[in-house]
Amino acid sequence: MYDFAYHKPTSIADAVKILAADPDAKPVSGGHTLLPALKHRLNQPSALVDLSGIAELRGIKREGDTIIIGAMTRHGEVATSDIIKSAIPALAHMASTIGDTQVRNRGTMGGSLANNDPAADYPAAAMALGAKFQTDRRTLAAEDFFQGMFTTALEPDELLIAIHFPVPKKAGYAKLKNPASRYSMCGVFVADGAAGIRVAVNGAGPGVFRQEAAEAALSANWSPEAVAGVKQDPDGLNSDIHGSAEYRAHLVTVMTKRAVLDAG
Amino acid sequence: MPQVTLTVNGTTHTAEVEGRTLLVELLRETLRLTGTHVGCDTSQCGACVVHIDGESVKSCTTLALQANGASVTTIEGLASADGKLHPMQEAFREYHALQCGFCTPGMVMSAIDLVQKNPQGLSEHEIREGLEGNICRCTGYHNIVKAIAAAADVMHGKRAEIAPAMA
Repeated sequence: MYDFAYHKPTSIADAVKILAADPDAKPVSGGHTLLPALKHRLNQPSALVDLSGIAELRGIKREGDTIIIGAMTRHGEVATSDIIKSAIPALAHMASTIGDTQVRNRGTMGGSLANNDPAADYPAAAMALGAKFQTDRRTLAAEDFFQGMFTTALEPDELLIAIHFPVPKKAGYAKLKNPASRYSMCGVFVADGAAGIRVAVNGAGPGVFRQEAAEAALSANWSPEAVAGVKQDPDGLNSDIHGSAEYRAHLVTVMTKRAVLDAG
Repeated sequence: MPQVTLTVNGTTHTAEVEGRTLLVELLRETLRLTGTHVGCDTSQCGACVVHIDGESVKSCTTLALQANGASVTTIEGLASADGKLHPMQEAFREYHALQCGFCTPGMVMSAIDLVQKNPQGLSEHEIREGLEGNICRCTGYHNIVKAIAAAADVMHGKRAEIAPAMA
């Protein structure tokens, strides 16, 4: 790992100021993706801006029919939060399946969403639930926030502050984990909520995407049988040593059925 | 160079580190606490697990500076001053929950966090799932799982001492 300067600001304004002044500085939340990448020398930031000293980035609260989760809230906190378990149990369950206990003790929701790994779990939940992304300067809809593999709408000096999840009528999640890495080969989050009936897929493509045929089928008839005939086009899906695009396309249908069962 | 001040096993230390210095490097190379191991160095294997403010973390994927001001517990900090082992250490010994021992410090630290977070008790399946972040290449895990179940009974006050492995 190349060396870097280290900053630990205590306010959002100070963090943004440091990032704006130095285009090669990077924010770090839990660091469980960034530090391994730095060890491989895939990146050489001049400075890391540790966000863990900013108290207002952390916490979970309910305001009316919206759950607001601070960007620095750790996966373990999402998984065990009584507020989330009662309002969006599928989201708490999803968090409990990320990495392992030690990763969940450090990794954060905001870090995962801002990284936008194609195999990350949260993007499918954010997309299906119609989450809103509150940054230090604006609010973005999920479909505007995610912009493909490891890419989001965030500017280099822009910080994700909180994610606003409308409480759905029901939601479910199912994924096939790679047996070695346990990353999602294909995960599907289904929701019947404020944004309508939505089906979002992670792991299978270069980024999270909505499966509109499955959404139409579930809008007509909310049942696993209704999506059994949905055919995902393999064109553009990931194809690697873990599985072909055709295999992943098949998984989209299977995981959608299981996610509907999970939602009940 | 930046300075880090942290409490390790009850003793406060201040050290000069680089931005890139990992917590495990500070523990092993500066403080000479070599009970914490580095196995994979890619946050998979869990040999480097320590507690930061009571929660298990992988010290190979934590910067020393990220632990500034924190209270860190390593495997060296578990036994009492008179040498009496922590129930989890005692259970690992009683159940022969190791072969080469390389993964053991991390296993013990993860297992303590797992038991503490589940005061309602743990099934065998939950113990196995809870060890996802720790890899042992010798034992096949069976005795590790038995040891954790036995230690949980003592840590939760159901038994005064570790149940004997051979009844």
